[in-house]
Amino acid sequence: MAGSTADRIDITGFNLYYHATRALEDITLAIPEREVTAIIGPSGCGKSTLLRAINRMNDLIDGVRTDGGLRLDGEDIYQRGIDVVELRRKVGMVFQRPNPFPKSIYENVAFGVRMGGNGLLKTRLDEVVERSLKEAAIWDEVRDRLQRSAMELSGGQQQRVCIARALAVEPEVILMDEPASALDPLATAKIEELIFRLKEKYTIVIVTHNMQQAARVSDRTAFLMLGRLIEYDKTSKIFTSPSNKLTEEYITGRFG
Amino acid sequence: MSEHSRRKVSDRLGIGMTGLATALILAILLVILGTMVAGGHRVISWEFLSQPPREGMTRGGIFPAIFGMVFSVLIMLIAVLPIGVATAVYLHEYAKPGHWLTKLVRGAVNNLAGVPSIVFGLFGLGFFIQFIGRGLDASLGKEMLFGQPCILWAALTLALLNLPMVIVATEEALRAVPRDERAGALALGATRWQTIRHVVLPQALPGILTGTVLVIARGAGEVAPIMFTGAAYFLPSLPKAPTDQFMTLGYHIFVMTTQSPDIEATVPIAMGATLVLLCLTIALNLVAVVIRSRTRNALRKGR
Ligand SMILES: Nc1ncnc2c1ncn2[C@@H]1O[C@H](COP(=O)(O)OP(=O)(O)OP(=O)(O)O)[C@@H](O)[C@H]1O
Ligand SMILES: [Mg+2]
Repeated sequence: MAGSTADRIDITGFNLYYHATRALEDITLAIPEREVTAIIGPSGCGKSTLLRAINRMNDLIDGVRTDGGLRLDGEDIYQRGIDVVELRRKVGMVFQRPNPFPKSIYENVAFGVRMGGNGLLKTRLDEVVERSLKEAAIWDEVRDRLQRSAMELSGGQQQRVCIARALAVEPEVILMDEPASALDPLATAKIEELIFRLKEKYTIVIVTHNMQQAARVSDRTAFLMLGRLIEYDKTSKIFTSPSNKLTEEYITGRFG
Repeated sequence: MSEHSRRKVSDRLGIGMTGLATALILAILLVILGTMVAGGHRVISWEFLSQPPREGMTRGGIFPAIFGMVFSVLIMLIAVLPIGVATAVYLHEYAKPGHWLTKLVRGAVNNLAGVPSIVFGLFGLGFFIQFIGRGLDASLGKEMLFGQPCILWAALTLALLNLPMVIVATEEALRAVPRDERAGALALGATRWQTIRHVVLPQALPGILTGTVLVIARGAGEVAPIMFTGAAYFLPSLPKAPTDQFMTLGYHIFVMTTQSPDIEATVPIAMGATLVLLCLTIALNLVAVVIRSRTRNALRKGR
């Protein structure tokens, strides 16, 4: 199924090493446009590593080496001369722990746009901030306190501000690494609802430990174990009739 | 003796010893301050602070020494802050931690921190004045403009002395900024420099300011590094340019207590000058505490 025109991210025979240890082994995976793809698997199997490979955040880690293909819209993002800053503007990321800057809510959301340097007028920037906060379903809760610190918000609110912050840059792809794991069920439901709406516009890749969550929000699911891709298919298929025994054991909770 | 009572005794002993040490330090500080206040408070007046010394320093004030101190400390800061902060940013944010060059620079900084201040004085004389200064004069066709002791060389010597302190304080402050926030900024498509400039440095600022204040206090008080590099025994007029010699408080106190023609008359003035220096140092520290807590609160609120 690799290479079809609707595939936004195309991973082929991809390996990643931390120094000498191979954390990802021969991953081949095509992620379609405007769908939610979930990555599941036991702790330490390489989910975060795979996610960070897509916006090259692994570059920050000492001793990381990769080979194989990882294409975004047909372009190999690991080839020489790729502008990583540009790549990350196209591929946004939301982290496991909410990590707003100790700045105002407004400045948090405006940050990426400001750094992009296309000197927007204040009124235009106001619009971008408002639109992003609305898209992230947090506008109503913060509209009266945009100049207050984002640190004063609850964890769930902070996480949605972080999502808004990522949306403000107008990415094509959004990577989410267990975005709801630090949140309570209500806040989690809000994030899931949000993900569901966001896929109209964005391609979303989400790492989760929560099987129900994967089943609820995703269109496709990739199951990883020990750095290998065990199975990748439609979520409905994975959760009803997985073709691999390991997948079945994992989703029915027999290990991991 | 049971294990329990043994632990109780050692606990008491620990509390007692640390308490004693703290009390001792407080006592020493009080005695120093008390001596200076007792011996010097009578001479302190507006005139004392605003007038030059007279009659072989047995009368008059200490204004030129205060002026020269401020002048030299300002130049020192202009030199040491950008270089120190930049080095720390490089070491902590850009350099690979295990790289030999990083280790070399770190080692050099640590060694620099352990060098006695008189050595810096001699180095300043040899390097700044005789090598750079004379060289400048020769190439500019000037006669003894840079090739002699002056504020510039004294301030640069002080800057060198304080460089490790600025680097260490800045690195400490950088280390306190969460990794997550750097990652957050980079993931939004900020460049490394933008991340440092807009996310890391603002949060490190309180720590850098604290380091700066300590450096100011040290720069104001050190005598050995400036003795051969620019400080003068006595000057009839205030310095006008960085290439002039200067009087400064620490050296002035030293001169008054060792070279006065009339010790009896000078001692109260020296005590008064010392009191001023002490108060200045304490005030500086208080200012630092205030600035730090302000910026910290502002940061928490998110400006
Ligand atoms: N910075 C690193 N340096 C060295 N090895 C690492 C690093 N980060 C992860 N690894 C290793 O790579 C493997 C995959 O880690 P990764 O964080 O991707 O797992 P994960 O599936 O996200 O786990 P979890 O569900 O616990 O978050 C693990 O064996 C881990 O020890
Ligand atoms: Mg992970």
